[in-house]
Amino acid sequence: MHHPQRRQALIAAAALAAAVVAASLPVSAQQAAPATASAPFKVGYVYVSPIGDAGWTFQHDTGRKEMEKALAGKVTTKYVESVPEGADAERVIRELAQSGNQIIFTTSFGYMNPTLKVAKAFPKTDFEHATGYKTDANVGVYNARFYEGRYLAGQVAGKMTKSNVAGYVAAFPIPEVVMGINAFARGMRSVNPKAEVKVVWVNSWYDPGRESEAANTLVSQGADVLTHHTDSTAAVQAAEAKKVYAIGYHSDMSKYGPHAHLTAVTHQWGAYYTKAVQDAMAGTWKPGTTWGGIKEGMIKMAPFNPVVPKETQDLVNKTAADIGAGKFHPFTGPVKDNEGKERLAAGKVISDADLSKMDYYVEGVQGKLPTSK
Amino acid sequence: MDHIAELLVLTLAAGTPLVFAALGELVTEKSGVLNLGVEGMMLVGAVAAFAVAATTRNPWLGVAAGMLAGAALSLVFAVITLSLMANQVASGLALSLFGVGLSAFVGLPYVSIVIDGLKPLSISGLSDLPLVGKLLFGHNPLVYLSFLLFVAIQWFLYRTRPGLVVRAVGESPQSAHAIGYPVVRIRYLAVLFGGACSGLGGAYLAVAYTPLWVEGMTAGRGWIALALVVFATWKPWRVLAGAYLFGGVTLAQFQAQALGVEMPSQVLSMLPYLATIVVLALISRDAITIRLNAPASLGKPFHPGS
Amino acid sequence: MRIRLEPRPEPSRLAGWLSPLAAAAATLVVGFLLFSALGKNPWQAFHVFFVKPVATLYGLGELLLKAGPLMLCAVGLAAGYRANVWNIGAEGQLTMGAIFGGGVALAFHDSTSPLVLPAMIVAGALGGMAWAAIPAFLRTRFNANEILVSLMLVYVATYTLSLLVHGPWRDPEGFNFPQSKLFNDVALLPNLLPETRLNRGFLLALAAIAAGWVFMSKSLVGYQMRVAGLAPAAANYAGISATRTVWFGMLAGGACAGLAGVNEIAGPLGQLQPSVSPGYGFAAIIVAFVGRLHPLGILFASLLMSLLYLGGESAQMGLALPSAVTGLFQGALLFFLLASDVFINYRLRVLRSPRSPSASGRSPLPRAGR
Repeated sequence: MHHPQRRQALIAAAALAAAVVAASLPVSAQQAAPATASAPFKVGYVYVSPIGDAGWTFQHDTGRKEMEKALAGKVTTKYVESVPEGADAERVIRELAQSGNQIIFTTSFGYMNPTLKVAKAFPKTDFEHATGYKTDANVGVYNARFYEGRYLAGQVAGKMTKSNVAGYVAAFPIPEVVMGINAFARGMRSVNPKAEVKVVWVNSWYDPGRESEAANTLVSQGADVLTHHTDSTAAVQAAEAKKVYAIGYHSDMSKYGPHAHLTAVTHQWGAYYTKAVQDAMAGTWKPGTTWGGIKEGMIKMAPFNPVVPKETQDLVNKTAADIGAGKFHPFTGPVKDNEGKERLAAGKVISDADLSKMDYYVEGVQGKLPTSK
Repeated sequence: MDHIAELLVLTLAAGTPLVFAALGELVTEKSGVLNLGVEGMMLVGAVAAFAVAATTRNPWLGVAAGMLAGAALSLVFAVITLSLMANQVASGLALSLFGVGLSAFVGLPYVSIVIDGLKPLSISGLSDLPLVGKLLFGHNPLVYLSFLLFVAIQWFLYRTRPGLVVRAVGESPQSAHAIGYPVVRIRYLAVLFGGACSGLGGAYLAVAYTPLWVEGMTAGRGWIALALVVFATWKPWRVLAGAYLFGGVTLAQFQAQALGVEMPSQVLSMLPYLATIVVLALISRDAITIRLNAPASLGKPFHPGS
Repeated sequence: MRIRLEPRPEPSRLAGWLSPLAAAAATLVVGFLLFSALGKNPWQAFHVFFVKPVATLYGLGELLLKAGPLMLCAVGLAAGYRANVWNIGAEGQLTMGAIFGGGVALAFHDSTSPLVLPAMIVAGALGGMAWAAIPAFLRTRFNANEILVSLMLVYVATYTLSLLVHGPWRDPEGFNFPQSKLFNDVALLPNLLPETRLNRGFLLALAAIAAGWVFMSKSLVGYQMRVAGLAPAAANYAGISATRTVWFGMLAGGACAGLAGVNEIAGPLGQLQPSVSPGYGFAAIIVAFVGRLHPLGILFASLLMSLLYLGGESAQMGLALPSAVTGLFQGALLFFLLASDVFINYRLRVLRSPRSPSASGRSPLPRAGR
């Protein structure tokens, strides 16, 4: 016995009832914005992961807070965390623009196309996309020269290793990660020509289980200094458990490995955010391609573990100063890849363009890069 | 040689969460109930263990909390399938999905928190013996617990009367009921035990293996544990073997990479899952063996008096 | 006083229709309590969660945009579930559909032919079907449990996609980032609703719903599948091949999921990326059940589920609630549905205490040895 009409009527009635109920719910007033003489400048942030206590997003959020403090009273910020890259990001970015944020920072590579799409629909809003490469009339990109810090980390590792093997837990073979590995290897071998770097790819930005397994594997194969390009603190914790050394990334991770943690390559976004927002407020913001490093204060090494000898600390500090002053570049020729081919002639400094396309391992890194052709 | 010992220790450590979850599910299935919610129960166990360990600064309390949480979630499943007679497959799926969401939600304040986890044993003198030192005395305490669990379950199922009853309930609940055994109550207990073990597996991950909480940290281990029970044709010692095999395959991908093997890492990462499929097909192919070993009433709801 | 569950003489149709509504209502109650417990005004939270996301045209477009893949996957899955074919790998089949469709788009990247998009759609469906064929084959030939095989294949599919976008299909102009070239216009689904992102892929979803309804209620195969699910022994006796049931169930799920995959990459994404779905394949399982495995029910259930997604996001932005709230609601919805489904086949009986049989006028019921 079929009563399709009755069945459908039931469903339609239920849906209608639900809609009526929903529409008639009393709504209390939204929090009104603090009334000031001129309304505070609204700044939006889109984060790809939870803020947590350390890591990529934590550093961006720290930068946001520093900017908020520096421009106290003149800005209000809003952030959305754990926004997955992909089709949903566009909606979130759009919502931020729609609700009146006048400059929006999208802090992950995968937000590139969504940012551009929303920017077209909101020409009066400024957008800044981290680690991207496409700009537009109202879209700028910004990034940091992490590789400068990696070179310094390599120097520390080279001096502290006894087995001459370092382990690198890496997420995905994108240029940013590859140039970090290479800079690390170069830094290591600049003080210890026998040192080698073993790399394990975990195919995830954030998976402590796999990162731990990868770290333990590297230790079992002789690595006594670990570092990582992933978002969790698992590698540092694994180093602590296995009583080897570790160099953190993104944030100071000493609390995750008090004995193991030698230093960390930390990201500092506060000054950049403050300047960008100030420009936006003054109406002088222009879409740019920013790639700042030690010189601009975007990369800073975390305090050294006391076990690092003073001469090493001095060496690292001097190299950092040289990099900051433009006197030294971690990728100064000769640069040979690990198959012996020369990639950069002696005395030459690598161009930013070549750096951004890096798809080989330098000497000292074991194995073959997964994406090299 | 020491390298081999180290590898074995790592392999055992990697297989242990599977051992806990699969052994628990084995007992549940022996009583005739198919609980697909292992992944959800593991995660709930993991987050509970981590939260309690972080708050009380006592990892063992965390482990206990993990077991309780797993059991509690399995109780929901038990009520829905044993008392309310809902479809076991769908309910198990619901349990998994719900467990994933619940654990993510509860675990939010605990992301990036550091705890003092359970570390591998390090008995001065014994643990430093060459080769055997690490292998015998260098494991995490929970790994030793997993050995005990295996022995206990093997003994319980095959050498005790209550164990026989559990198996009888799984083979023919109607006969067991006719003799007067409380079928539903036995199944409840089996499900709760399975839940506690899954919770223990999750607790091991969060408090011992990688003392961190991140949502979804079991990364599919619950499902592999389910496959393991079939792979092991419902025999506890095979569960152990299978768990370590899969732990080993998972680690092998990293070992291969670190050794410089030139295979894309994604292919290496696929290996555990492909291996599971291949093994499953090979084992299941022998339908006779499956029929002989699978509890006859697996997955079927029990109606007293029908 | 005891409460007993008694089997009904025949399943209650009313309970069948009320069950999803009861489950939805129970989920709302849980939400109410949850919001209160988190210190938010529950009515305001409801508004932010359920009303605000669809208060604009753009919001409605987003609702339908997200409901589309859920509908597609769920209809395919339901065809199998009705026949006890438990395809859990829709997410992997979706990914494969995206890979196949994307492959066609990239192969004909320089073409301006209007045939590119249809070719992509067909390729996507074939890709999903091919991926679903594996668990079907292993089940019919080797007896391997399709739940586990289809699930393991989800991981394999995801890694395959990662391999492709990191390697051979990577955009050479993309600075080595893992993504394919952006598809050109002939490979993108045209817009359906201006001022929104809704594209014509939604029509495919509606077509799938219609096809599913026709198949289920009017076609012989559909009838056979239902019988196979309800009474396998009878079905066997009647000559309905179990093998064919498994194949059909899996392939239907695979084809629909594959279509959903193409919709994603030819729609909002416009290229291949390491991740092409925020878990639609798994959410579709819930949608299939909440929709009572019936295409029309699935239609409404996918709208509800889509609203839960959007609401979770809206709650994140408007109430500072964590995004995990969405997963919690979705899981709770399924649980409540399973619980309330019980009342289709059973009813509650409240019995007076057996100590006073004379008062109630009946003799106590015999103990059933529980």
